[in-house]
Amino acid sequence: MALLSRLAFGPEELEEMKASMNSILTYMDELNQYDTEKVEPMVHAVEQYNVMRDDVPHTSFTNEEALLNAPEKENGYFKVPKII
Amino acid sequence: MNQMTIHDLHEKLLAKELSAVELTKTFIAHRDAAEGEIHAYLSTSDEAALAKAAAVDAKIAAGEPVSDMAGIPGAIKDNICIKGETCTAASRMLEHWVAPYNATVIEKLEAADYVSLGKTNLDEFAMGSSTENSYFGPSRNPWNTECVPGGSSGGSAAAVAANEAVWALGSDTGGSIRQPASFCGLVGLKPTYGLVSRYGLLAFASSLDQIGPIVKDVTDAAIVLNAIAGHDPRDSTSIPMEKKDYKEALKTDVKGLRIGVPDEFFGPGIKEETKEAVKSALAFYEKEGAEIVPVSIPHIKSGVSVYYIIAPAEASSNLARYDGVGFGFRMPGEDIVDMYIKTRSAGFGKEVKRRIMLGNYVLSAGYYDAYYLKALKVRHLLKDDFDRAFAQCDVIAAPSASGAAFRFGAFSDPLSLYMEDICTVPVNLVGAPSISIPVGFHDGMPLGMQLIGPALGEERILNAAYAFEQAHPELTRTAPKGEMEA
Repeated sequence: MALLSRLAFGPEELEEMKASMNSILTYMDELNQYDTEKVEPMVHAVEQYNVMRDDVPHTSFTNEEALLNAPEKENGYFKVPKII
Repeated sequence: MNQMTIHDLHEKLLAKELSAVELTKTFIAHRDAAEGEIHAYLSTSDEAALAKAAAVDAKIAAGEPVSDMAGIPGAIKDNICIKGETCTAASRMLEHWVAPYNATVIEKLEAADYVSLGKTNLDEFAMGSSTENSYFGPSRNPWNTECVPGGSSGGSAAAVAANEAVWALGSDTGGSIRQPASFCGLVGLKPTYGLVSRYGLLAFASSLDQIGPIVKDVTDAAIVLNAIAGHDPRDSTSIPMEKKDYKEALKTDVKGLRIGVPDEFFGPGIKEETKEAVKSALAFYEKEGAEIVPVSIPHIKSGVSVYYIIAPAEASSNLARYDGVGFGFRMPGEDIVDMYIKTRSAGFGKEVKRRIMLGNYVLSAGYYDAYYLKALKVRHLLKDDFDRAFAQCDVIAAPSASGAAFRFGAFSDPLSLYMEDICTVPVNLVGAPSISIPVGFHDGMPLGMQLIGPALGEERILNAAYAFEQAHPELTRTAPKGEMEA
């Protein structure tokens, strides 16, 4: 789960995280008391419908603005460690 | 100068009894004097504030019309983007991140000639109810600095209660406006999901987040809501609707108003003093000709479980973007995955990590049905409960929190702190609007009551809140740390 979350924990941290997650998840088992066999899942509080906008181009960030907060950049690109 | 509300100060500005620049300078000075003790702010923007105040003075001098909020100094929670200013979410991950654009609410406030004295503290990424999860240290409650101001919008509430700002914006995902407002003796409004644009609000749980005001009275809540509400094409969950004037709802007449009281909101977890305060408010309403209707919302008690599955699930997805690539903090690594892991492990605090882990757990293939899907279904049952209740009543009254503000470090394990959110999280899950108003005091600390409405029922809850507030001026008090020289 930690790797999936892209997180790493020290041994003590990991124990604390496990213990708290266990007690939280155990508590949540109380949801099993509710019969939901015929209930639809509710993802959003307001009615869902597709929102489309007209396909009209509009101005966005310039290359410079997009890179303003980049931790590392080079020649107008984000720079990251070697991938392959 | 103590009960300084937006509407009072607006009158004074129009009558030229004081200028916006004088007012802004007064608040800057008071903020700087109080900050050592309160720590409500993470950054300040005095130069821009004074320039905007001067522009408002020029408009008034020229006889031009100005908005209700023009020139009145406020503060903005530091998870709402203001172009060119840092927006940290109280996280190391965004400590130096400068927002490249304005949130829609900021654009709307710009149009209303707003003045902001700075960005306020919060629990990291709005996850928490005390500001103890802020990477930059907690804010303190202006009523008693040994107590938390609440959270996550604790900096916003502390700023207003300490008179370090006249008004503030907060955000509410599971109570983060209402609970701190309650702890600090203020009014906090969480609008209907979709009434206020979330564009430019750093996403925590996208199906629950809403921006709203933390202010000194109900009139100010209506004024700020007037400024920030409205459809926004940049937020696909924003509700298309006509603009309203919420000030028109400020009436003291509650005759015939049906106030629903669900037993489930008054369970054993709620302190006696809170129950008594809310019940005496109900007695007031009854005396004024409102009808008290017992209603039932049986799934209230599932609220904490449902919320702490859905909110972390959405957060784990939303926070995946903090990977050290495009913006924010980066910790170098051997390869890209190592860089991600080191960046996120050092950049996020403990509670944020816990929620990311929980979220990924409940969304993982083996547990999706048992936790996430189950929570979405029980959420539906909860919504049905609320719908049934609102068929019998116009507003629902409930406590805003189990009691008054707690002391720092009072909750050592996360689950017991999560349980404290029982009064507020159900409201976010169903998307309803809710206002928290001061309802009493216990040992000198404020207690709050929520008035919850059906979707887009802001006018009803403002009406009910205003009626109670106008009849109880003694509850609108200045915190000891908010006292100002005239």
